[in-house]
Amino acid sequence: MAAASEQSANGPQQESTGTGPGSGAADHETWPLWEVFIRSSRGLSHVHAGSLHAPDAVMAVRNARDLYTRRGEGVSVWVVPSSAITTSDVDARGAFFETSEGKEFRHATYYTASEGVPHL
Amino acid sequence: MRHTNRAVSTAVSAETIERELETGLGRPSDAVARYALGLGDDALILAQRLGEWIAHAPELEEDVALGNIGLDLLGHARSFLTYAGSAWEKSEDDLAYFRDEPEFTNHQLFERPNGDFAHTIARQLIASVYFDALYGRLTASSDPTLAAIAAKAAKEVAYHVDHSVQWVRRLGLGTDESHRRMQAGLDALWPFVDELFRPDAAIEVLGDVAVRPETLRDEFDRTVPAVIVESGLAVPAVAPAAGGGRAGVHTEVFGHLLAEMQVLARQHPGATW
Repeated sequence: MAAASEQSANGPQQESTGTGPGSGAADHETWPLWEVFIRSSRGLSHVHAGSLHAPDAVMAVRNARDLYTRRGEGVSVWVVPSSAITTSDVDARGAFFETSEGKEFRHATYYTASEGVPHL
Repeated sequence: MRHTNRAVSTAVSAETIERELETGLGRPSDAVARYALGLGDDALILAQRLGEWIAHAPELEEDVALGNIGLDLLGHARSFLTYAGSAWEKSEDDLAYFRDEPEFTNHQLFERPNGDFAHTIARQLIASVYFDALYGRLTASSDPTLAAIAAKAAKEVAYHVDHSVQWVRRLGLGTDESHRRMQAGLDALWPFVDELFRPDAAIEVLGDVAVRPETLRDEFDRTVPAVIVESGLAVPAVAPAAGGGRAGVHTEVFGHLLAEMQVLARQHPGATW
């Protein structure tokens, strides 16, 4: 648990490290880290805006308001503990995202429209 | 005298007030200007105190939070001082930087030192609830400029109330040490509550232009003690300080605050940056 808290206080966990969910509250030096998502007035979905430190979720929303919405950017704010986010393995990025290269058939442009097909 | 028929919800700033006053319409009487000056001084001096936290708060995020609250207050101060100064051919800077201690009319609460974080939060709780009650009522002022300034400020101080309430709860219900410090902060600031709500003869004569301070006490008493008690703290039982801020009487810490706030403008008059 002590090892996990160190990890969670500093950012999202990586899948490959295999640490369980930790609590940043165990770290007295630094408040836990939160990821901030903001929905702009015209946006449909919340978009990641950045991260911040806060002692708890309620204060994290307040801090997010001060840090990320001072110029009228948003109408809604979400905060998520960074420790709750599981990421893909950065080191295995090549294998993980190696997809389209050499597989042109996965792209629509690979296919030619047949003559006489309407509305394509 | 009524001037521009401005919608109360329109955002107002020192600049918009200055532009309107250039037309020569709607300048306040001396008595109204003195009232606006007192409100402006309260906001200005508290803004200066909060600015002292920048780079000293417990966390970067709280630096930003206190700095933002201070900037909101500075905006209110600039509007009130611009309006007040127009009665005497003085600019907001003339009033902020070139008056001496006895000419400042802020209540003493706002000049009290920051102390530790809990002291500042105690001062913020008292100040924010006071501003919230005051501006909520001042939006109905028969003076359209005061009403417009109050309408903009009211939205901002509502957030300041929330910020201080959240922190009083956390410090009061947190560790033994945070509880002790929060209680000490309340005890230190509570003597300066009474002055905010004392009847003021200069306000009595303004009728429905101004808000009589004693009428705000009920809202304060309904709000603040409840926050204190639900946070596991005790409402301090202390004698009120002598007060006199509105008459230019200040506590011993005020001279130093003014020196720091005014030194640049006085050493380089007219400087812009």
